[in-house]
Amino acid sequence: MPQNYVPIFIFALVAFLVAAGTVALCALVRPKNPFKTKLMPYECGITPFDNARGRYTVRFYIVAILFVVFDVETIFLFPWAVQFKLLGLFGLLEMMIFLGILIVGYIWIWKKGALEWV
Amino acid sequence: MIPVATTFFFYFLAVLAIGSAIAVITQRNPVHAALALIVTLLALAGFYLMLYAPFVAGVQIVLYAGGIMVLFLFVIMLVNLEQNIREYQFNKQWLVGTIVALALGGLLLFVYRTGRGTFPTVFYQGYRGLEGDNTQQIGLALYGQYMLPFEIASLLLLVAIVGAVVMAKKRI
Amino acid sequence: MSIGTYILVSLVKIVLALLILLTAVAYTTLLERKVVAHIQNRWGPSRVGPFGIWQPLADGLKFIFKEDLTPPYVNKPLYMLAPIIALTTALTSIAVIPIGPWIRLGSVNTPLQITDINIGLLVILGVTSVGVYGVALAGWSSNSKYSMLGGLRASAQMISYEIALGLSLIGVLIYAGSFSLSDIVNSQAGVWFGFIPKWNIFKGQFVAFFIYIMAAYAETNRIPFDLPEAETELVAGYHTEYSSMKFAMFFMAEYANMVTVACLASILFLGGWSGPVFGPPIVQSLLPVFWFAVRVFAFMFIYIWVRGTLPRFRYDQLMAFGWKFLLPLAIANIVVTAFVVAVK
Repeated sequence: MPQNYVPIFIFALVAFLVAAGTVALCALVRPKNPFKTKLMPYECGITPFDNARGRYTVRFYIVAILFVVFDVETIFLFPWAVQFKLLGLFGLLEMMIFLGILIVGYIWIWKKGALEWV
Repeated sequence: MIPVATTFFFYFLAVLAIGSAIAVITQRNPVHAALALIVTLLALAGFYLMLYAPFVAGVQIVLYAGGIMVLFLFVIMLVNLEQNIREYQFNKQWLVGTIVALALGGLLLFVYRTGRGTFPTVFYQGYRGLEGDNTQQIGLALYGQYMLPFEIASLLLLVAIVGAVVMAKKRI
Repeated sequence: MSIGTYILVSLVKIVLALLILLTAVAYTTLLERKVVAHIQNRWGPSRVGPFGIWQPLADGLKFIFKEDLTPPYVNKPLYMLAPIIALTTALTSIAVIPIGPWIRLGSVNTPLQITDINIGLLVILGVTSVGVYGVALAGWSSNSKYSMLGGLRASAQMISYEIALGLSLIGVLIYAGSFSLSDIVNSQAGVWFGFIPKWNIFKGQFVAFFIYIMAAYAETNRIPFDLPEAETELVAGYHTEYSSMKFAMFFMAEYANMVTVACLASILFLGGWSGPVFGPPIVQSLLPVFWFAVRVFAFMFIYIWVRGTLPRFRYDQLMAFGWKFLLPLAIANIVVTAFVVAVK
């Protein structure tokens, strides 16, 4: 029943309050002594230059997209695994076709070099 | 056990979803907007739970809030949007946009008014017994009756993989 | 059971679980320092109380009273929110983990988990996926090159290994037939030939166990996969610009994730709370908890043992390992398991 999920919600709320409360509580008791050199972003001793939010390699984007695709595949596998005995041989074969198509895609991206230094 | 506080949770999730959806389109900082979208998706997952579909709620969190939004955040973080935030946001099509939005709103209101009789007023009682089996029911349906759309989905995923790699790999 | 009793029992369990988890996290730091120290042939913390017992308390007090340097150009709301997200998601995964079978306390019949829902495994995966945001936002909001790069690398590493993690669970699901963690434990009850327990690791999921452990080490950013937070690499990665309590919260989140992973590994592959049960009824209901705690402790010890022994991977080796080795191995494991179960 959906009632069973209410304790999880309460738990998440309590955990959030613990986390936020700790931060808030500590803000009350700690010393506060800011001055410019202490607050500068750390760059191994030199003065920071250039914008931190510059441009980064596109490899991270490829990783994120491939993650979404393979996560969808994993999610498709979950109800199949749970119902494995009921679905029988037919279900096994169709899932093998599904995995086969995705493995073809996986081999393609491997050969294409999209997984190099991903 | 009788469902308790269903009304409270419904309105709480509804306010949360609509509020964060409005925040998505009004926030200037794109990362804040992405976070508001994540909150909307989590509220929707809560709705799926209330509709006795826990598997769909779980998939919503794992895939949508935990996968697709990560992709959004990566793209937002990879593109430096600092100066865009401070620029003046102008939009030459605000008049057309307002007219279309009002027309769509009017259409939805009209559909609701004329079709109000077809909405169920009482929750379909037959779902009570099936709630514990949401995953199993989806499994049986997806790999039995809806096998062809399932295989087509795998082809769609293959197209997505190929498209993404081709688009992003002009010259690594 | 009426609504009031249900809510009350849940609240008691929530408070107890949080207390136990936070204490476990604190003393895992002490365990780690002592074990790594002994591996390196020196004593760990031993001054603060007998055997250094009060060291975590001293560390906690230090973190509370330390000055919190907030750099001026950070994105303040996200800077504050990132460690809170990390810690909240790390703590919430415990909500669905069962530490024992149903027990009776007077007239109350309750499972030894916060709630027994039938998509427990999916909830844990979902909460882990949302935990990636804590890392990514920490890196982005700190407005420092080291943090940004560390955050991107750490989140890319975490999402890459999440796929292998999810795929390694499929074999267990084929055997168990349900997402609910209690059902998975109950499907591993019993013994073969009188002494070999029917754990999933002996039922043929040894490869899946290996994949799960590797993926879990990478998810929790531990050696040998802890490049995003290694000091010699990117200063401290995504938590470079954090100090005092927020920094401590990142570490609490990391140790809480370790505890969750250890609990999950013992539930999924090592039979959960099964073990010899004897004695009077009160002891009988607490003994499964003891066996579960033994398994979790063994996992934590192995975690720390690996930390003291292995060097860390370079980033490209790390990603290649996740994408080019674990992923095909996990898919092969699924195919082989499916055919073995189908033939049976």
